[in-house]
Amino acid sequence: MKTIAKHVWQAPLSAQFGLAVIVLYIFVAVFAPTLAPYGETEVVGEGFAPWNGEHWLGTDNLGRDMYSRLLYGARNTVGIAFVTTALAFLIGGLAGLVAAVKGGWVDQGLSRIVDVLMAIPQLIFALLILSVVGTTVTSLILVIALLDATRVFRLARSVAMGVVTLDFVEAARLRGEGMWWLITREVLPNTIAPLIAEFGLRFCFVFLFISALSFLGLGIKPPTADWGSMVRDNAILITFGDISPLLPAAAVAILTVGVNFVVDWMLHKSSGLKG
Amino acid sequence: MNTKTNNDNKDVLLEIRDLRIAGHCDDEWHEIVKGIDLTLHRGEILGLIGESGAGKSTLGLAAMGYCKDGCKITGGEILFDDKDLARCSEEELRKLRGVRIAYVAQSAAASFNPSHRLIDQHVEAALQHGVSDKAKARAEAIELYRSLNMPDPEHIGERYPHQVSGGQLQRAMTAMAMACRPDIIVFDEPTTALDVTTQIEVLASIRAVVEKFGTAALYISHDLAVVAQMADRIMVLRHGKLVEEAETRKMLAAPEEAYTQSLWAVRLFSTNQKAQPETEVPLVEVRNVSAGYGAKQILEDVSFNVYKGQTVAVIGESGSGKSTTARVISGLLTPSTGSVLYNGEELPGDYRKRPREMLRKVQMIYQIPDTAINPRQTIGDIIGRPMKFYHGHKDAVVRRKVKELLALVELEPDRYIDRRPSELSGGQKQRICIARALAAEPDFIICDEVTSALDQLVAEGILKLLTRIQEKFGVSYLFITHDVATVRAIADQIVVMQQGRVVDNGSREAIFTPPHQEYTDLLLSSEPEMDPDWLDGILGRRAMASAG
Repeated sequence: MKTIAKHVWQAPLSAQFGLAVIVLYIFVAVFAPTLAPYGETEVVGEGFAPWNGEHWLGTDNLGRDMYSRLLYGARNTVGIAFVTTALAFLIGGLAGLVAAVKGGWVDQGLSRIVDVLMAIPQLIFALLILSVVGTTVTSLILVIALLDATRVFRLARSVAMGVVTLDFVEAARLRGEGMWWLITREVLPNTIAPLIAEFGLRFCFVFLFISALSFLGLGIKPPTADWGSMVRDNAILITFGDISPLLPAAAVAILTVGVNFVVDWMLHKSSGLKG
Repeated sequence: MNTKTNNDNKDVLLEIRDLRIAGHCDDEWHEIVKGIDLTLHRGEILGLIGESGAGKSTLGLAAMGYCKDGCKITGGEILFDDKDLARCSEEELRKLRGVRIAYVAQSAAASFNPSHRLIDQHVEAALQHGVSDKAKARAEAIELYRSLNMPDPEHIGERYPHQVSGGQLQRAMTAMAMACRPDIIVFDEPTTALDVTTQIEVLASIRAVVEKFGTAALYISHDLAVVAQMADRIMVLRHGKLVEEAETRKMLAAPEEAYTQSLWAVRLFSTNQKAQPETEVPLVEVRNVSAGYGAKQILEDVSFNVYKGQTVAVIGESGSGKSTTARVISGLLTPSTGSVLYNGEELPGDYRKRPREMLRKVQMIYQIPDTAINPRQTIGDIIGRPMKFYHGHKDAVVRRKVKELLALVELEPDRYIDRRPSELSGGQKQRICIARALAAEPDFIICDEVTSALDQLVAEGILKLLTRIQEKFGVSYLFITHDVATVRAIADQIVVMQQGRVVDNGSREAIFTPPHQEYTDLLLSSEPEMDPDWLDGILGRRAMASAG
């Protein structure tokens, strides 16, 4: 714990900013019901009300409080993106490591399946499946996680490939160790740094992807507050010179920038470069 | 300290005065070179020797006014051609490098760009610096290839780096350094990565060409015998300081400092040869094994026995199939024909089909200790794992036993048990590998070039440790090496391999006593000796033999 605090203290300003942003978002997501003055789906006044003392950021097209929805949006968008990314890493990372450690037919089989999945553009594939199975939160998470797992698979496999050729893995194999030990004790600890960095990047992609799907109307279903659909719902205001619809977009942008700062810092650290 | 005798001061080409270089590590600056004086005269070869970390490479690079990333020159002067290279601008240095001072690195394979032809890389420096035009530079390159005894000098330059052998590549690198006829060449361990038989050719070529052009050279090596062949004068370095400096013959005859003497004594270590039991069933028997990767056959009809408590050394050049033999015994490579017998019983060819108890009995120690242990585990976990895995000991028992093993391999148990490999030196890591192998309580240990990545003094320590372990536990070793000195020190039985075949096989005494078989003779005689006249002698004898 002490060393983590020390690392953060010594981190460059950009990374500290990124960390602060992430901590703030987590805080908002967790305490959204306490922080928000109104309910998530509560209609509290006229549609498209301007900024005032009662509704700090005005209201949206249906007369719901913009500020409250922005806070709840953090919970939904960030939460779903996190679960999705975690699932993608569990599936893709594990499959990648198994492919690298096992090699041969297992590797061939998994790699070809991934090739097939990657051959179709991600957004179109997601739209296709979601319009077939319907957009519930569960299906959204599963579909995006599976699609992103293909990217994670390729990274995990290529990094692990470099590790499995090392003598200590051969020594473990000759000792008679099983696959689970090889993956969790020998290979994974030596591939974790690039995977964590990738986690940060993937998280941003997933996050943007969900927002994009929501904007297209196939993401998180209304009336759940979500930044992507909030931009779409209120887009018309932009033509009147009101910047309110851009606020959810800004929320997406700031988190993306923050996460990337942290990822850059971690990549820098894991690459062994000092200073 | 200054031992120059017949050299006039005007002949001084390079003079380094009180040079200090610091390296950046763990947020601190550590002095790597601690005030070294060095004088190099025109046409002289100065040998720099010392173990790794002695600062010899750093000093060699500093002679070109160059410092590696994370290093800086903190004091002293490097005087060359009335300039102080320590204070020159990058532009001035660039004009000198490659033209007046050139560098030959240890790994030629890593120093050539794999996607350009040799001759194109050769002429690049000359063209860049405007010393010569293309046609002339190419003609000179071919001339140099000829002087360096490269095969087919007219056309070899048209090849890509991967299309020539290691020894040829090292000579091509020397030729490239010679391209602009520099005043000084810095040779940084140019033959360390080569086989003894190849080394001898490269040494002879380098020396001939350096003599021909009267080039001065800094010759950096950790191998005293090699330096003795090349250098007029030797400087012994340790921990960034000069230990001793003298002319080669004088130093070889009477080294003054204790450290220098210890470098000499390394070669004297030797075990008593144990007699081969006549009747006993061999512990490991390799019987008519042929094996290969895909369609490429590497081993052909290899047979030999290893008896209990004995050390069998397998010696040969790279590509002779030594390591492949080890892979067949350990079960990593299934032989196409033939078999491996353990105590008279045939072993499955694939290690995955061998019972765990069998895997326990055969352990392996690797050439490069850095990659042989998992950097993310603690020493205690690394050594403790085989105990838990094979013997199912409880944690407390494992910890106690790990400490015993650490003490056995001469590492302070309490200090090292919770550390990670990155905090250890190469020799210490190799000791960890030995402890891990012992933790399984094996009968048979395959040592694959275990000392080749280590300094001579450290390697000697490892050999002594292995010998002591053998006396204590009665384990058998299969010792794979290309180093004749190691074989002479510890082998009971010797298997000489060439191109996948066993060409000679017998006790140490039998192999080292003349008359030798033809290939064994070539191998044994190629091992450099501590005699400055050795290279001339051996070349002379070989020339005579081939003429007659």
